[in-house]
Amino acid sequence: MEELVNLFHGFAVALQPFNIMVMLVGIVLGVVIGVLPGLGGANGVAILLPLTFSMPPTSAIIMLSCIYWGALFGGAITSILFNIPGEPWSVATTFDGYPMAQQGKAGEALTAAFTSSFVGALFAVIMITLVAPLVANFALQFGPAEKFAVYFLAFCSFVGLSKEPPFKTIAAMMMGFALAAVGLDSITGQLRLTFGFTELLNGFDFLIAVIGLFGIGEILLTMEEGLNFRGGNAKINLRVVLQTWKTLPTYWMTSLRSCVIGCWMGITPAGATPASFMSYGITKRVAKNGHNFGNGEIEGVIAPETAAHAAGTAALLPMLSLGVPGSPTAAVLLGGLLIWGLQPGPMLFVEQKEFVWGLIASMYLGNLVGLVVVLTCVPIFAAILRVPFSIIAPLILVLCAIGAYSVHSSTFDVMLMLIFGVLGYLLKKCNYPLAPLVLAIVLGDKAEEAFRQSLLGSQGSLGVFFSNGLVSTIMVFGLIALFWSAVQQGYTRLRAAVA
Amino acid sequence: MNTNSPEAAGPTHKTVEAGITLLIALFGVVVIIGSLKAGINWGAEGPRAGFFPFYVGLFIVVSSAINLRDVLRGENDGLFAEWGQLRQVMSVVIPTTIYVGAIPFTGLYVASMIFIGWFMRWLGKYNWLTVTAVAIGMPVVTYFIFERWFLVPLPKGPLEEWLGL
Amino acid sequence: MTRSVLLVALASVSALCASGVAASATWEPLRPVEFIVPAGTGGGADQMARTIQGIITKHNLMKQPMVVINKSGGAGGEGFIDVKSSSGNPHKIIITLSNLFTTPLATGIPFSWKDLTPVAMLALDEFVLWVNADKPYNTVKDYVDVVKKSPAGTIKMGGTGSKQEDQIITVAVEKATGTKFTYIPYKGGGEVAVQLVGNHIDSSVNNPIEAVAQWRGGKLRPLCVFDGKPMAYDEPVADGKAWKDIPSCKSQGLDMEYLMLRGIFMSPKATKEQVDYYIDLFKKVRETSEWRDFMKSGAFNTTFMTGADYAKWVEVEEKRHQVLMKEAGFLNTGN
Repeated sequence: MEELVNLFHGFAVALQPFNIMVMLVGIVLGVVIGVLPGLGGANGVAILLPLTFSMPPTSAIIMLSCIYWGALFGGAITSILFNIPGEPWSVATTFDGYPMAQQGKAGEALTAAFTSSFVGALFAVIMITLVAPLVANFALQFGPAEKFAVYFLAFCSFVGLSKEPPFKTIAAMMMGFALAAVGLDSITGQLRLTFGFTELLNGFDFLIAVIGLFGIGEILLTMEEGLNFRGGNAKINLRVVLQTWKTLPTYWMTSLRSCVIGCWMGITPAGATPASFMSYGITKRVAKNGHNFGNGEIEGVIAPETAAHAAGTAALLPMLSLGVPGSPTAAVLLGGLLIWGLQPGPMLFVEQKEFVWGLIASMYLGNLVGLVVVLTCVPIFAAILRVPFSIIAPLILVLCAIGAYSVHSSTFDVMLMLIFGVLGYLLKKCNYPLAPLVLAIVLGDKAEEAFRQSLLGSQGSLGVFFSNGLVSTIMVFGLIALFWSAVQQGYTRLRAAVA
Repeated sequence: MNTNSPEAAGPTHKTVEAGITLLIALFGVVVIIGSLKAGINWGAEGPRAGFFPFYVGLFIVVSSAINLRDVLRGENDGLFAEWGQLRQVMSVVIPTTIYVGAIPFTGLYVASMIFIGWFMRWLGKYNWLTVTAVAIGMPVVTYFIFERWFLVPLPKGPLEEWLGL
Repeated sequence: MTRSVLLVALASVSALCASGVAASATWEPLRPVEFIVPAGTGGGADQMARTIQGIITKHNLMKQPMVVINKSGGAGGEGFIDVKSSSGNPHKIIITLSNLFTTPLATGIPFSWKDLTPVAMLALDEFVLWVNADKPYNTVKDYVDVVKKSPAGTIKMGGTGSKQEDQIITVAVEKATGTKFTYIPYKGGGEVAVQLVGNHIDSSVNNPIEAVAQWRGGKLRPLCVFDGKPMAYDEPVADGKAWKDIPSCKSQGLDMEYLMLRGIFMSPKATKEQVDYYIDLFKKVRETSEWRDFMKSGAFNTTFMTGADYAKWVEVEEKRHQVLMKEAGFLNTGN
């Protein structure tokens, strides 16, 4: 009950005219940041952080968190329209979002993505409002072994899904792991696979690989097929929003499942990326149309977007209550809190009530405002596909170059992006799946790090991955997911035998 | 996408795919060499830096070998793409390579202007007015958004130096 | 003849010097200044850089904007190499942490602080030995006794990064007490503190700012600070205790002192006027109340040094790191 009183107090804070204005500015900036590849949410928040020092802390955090929401919404736009995910968690959105756009259903895909994002965020905020302290303690249970188990589950729920030949999938995924391993090994502090090139110190950033493999590769494929961007016949009026909304409630189960996955991943804090992949993978297995995923199923957009946004929102809880950021953006926000003289941690909820509840209230309002803003823009975004290819293609290529450059301010990365582009074109033509490759680049080094941290702690004993109830449960789920098709077959046979 | 039409000419799918598979295998070998340098054994406190990459590299090589066998045995006699299609693809790849290579010297803005202009004029056949408007407009908008608004410096060349930007 | 030439030359040299001094106040950045952070977003160095950026923007201390850029690859090597290769570009400065010394030593990345131009030391960051508050250890002695009694390697020390400051301190503690920890590296200090709260590790050597929230929340307990004397801040922080009340490790029989540099360098071949400009800028930053608040919240040691003093300090510290890392076996052996 006390929470609700606090929340109403929070709404009073968030609804001050100045704060509403700040919210709108934040959302619009965030969408812009999300759309421009290379300017991710973390970058955007970091860049704008110093500008907020002259504001009161509550307004400042409202603005920055709204930039974050805006970027989460915006990340889906380029994924769906151009197959270019601007953030790691939008990768899974491209799998079905881009085919939908090619079929002229860009409006539907965008509406579904935005709405699911909102639903995911709403679910996470309600959870934060009601059960914050309880949930925060859950995060403390997660040591290296538990984290590895989560990554393991994310991989397992995703592999075995692709229709491509299994050894091509393995080759692609292993290439991803190898690329993720380049650079500094965080456990031994030793350089590996750099062969003395200082350009490789950083390893291969996910974003550069993805802009190349997905974005540039797609443009090359389009060139091969003649100068047409498919999907130019997308409906560009607002009615498409309402029509899509009518169909969305049928997928309530997918939404709910994705919300739960998202919140869990956000709190642990494994983050939005494993959440989106895991949610996509699991939905593909259990959904009625699962076999058609990858060809433009709306559920394939709903699942990753809901989970990603729920995770992104839930990630703020461990940040506020424990001081551990659940995502890179949360890490920057955390820095902001410290600079404003607010100490995140167990005492924040006690000592800075106005701030905390103002922020939580702004999560409700900010996401609502964000949804309205992006939905009204759906026709505009869909209309971009009508721009002739020979105008839009060079612009996309230039934006990709800028995006690749701004990740590490390095022109070497721009060349890498182009190489990845040609590689993406060739691999796709040769029937190699790109999704496992990207998943491995994004999560590979994190999984390895958690694995080796666990072994350090257990002095080399693998038993650590089954040492308590929590970690064993997650590992078992992972194994079930890995051998899902075998399990399914066994189950059918068992049923047949019983009958 | 009628890659299988009989009269069209181009590289066969088999050749290209075999080439790609060999390339991937080569990458695997490089990874293995790098891992050996970093140390691949299982130290007192768990695996060393090269342990995982080594097996990853091994997996790449082994699965490439299987893929290569499948390719060579396969029945896919179709074309990878027609020469005309590949020419189309190269007409983007080559200028983009030049563009990317030029960025460190001319800066991003000048290179982008020329690249966009070339693309629109050459492939799109737009009139010079449209070409100039887009080719100059886009980099200028980019300049304001990135450098002024978000304070993200992009690579600059002699022209920007001269203009004092 | 030769004499007069010499005189003229001398005169012109002194004139040049004079004009140099006169011009020292006149050099100003002509373009946006890039402020490189050789560490990831959200870490200690990043926070400090962004605070500085905010203070400069808010108080209008510089006509050109300041842009913070993270270059964290290769334990910060990427950032150092970038500044090293920007010789003669006065619009690039870098904030350093201990990886200024540890990264080239541990990884063999071709770089030394001598490649850069020293500007100023802004502050020194303290290190504190933390344990979980639920554990029965109240003093360093309690803890060391427990570590000694446990089988070697079963007590886990968490820290940020590998072969960097936290692990150097851990090795030094092992040496001083004749014990053996298992050191577990994590990506960031905040994560280490939370892992300690969750009892996944037994102790940590977090910086004050990384663990203060958990201390105030009654989850962690500081045992001692790795400095010659207790910290200066006497305002109560948690259950009536102030930073000042944490004893120095030396007084507790743990003979190790370690402070981390938070200093500024700029690209090679910078002129004196340019260095002076930045020194002056950072002097102004240090006078703001925001900076003082920031120093207080992180219990920083606010020593400020410039010029030869600073270079001397860095040199001594580099030698010390060489010795410490050699003893710990952290030196790069060429892969």
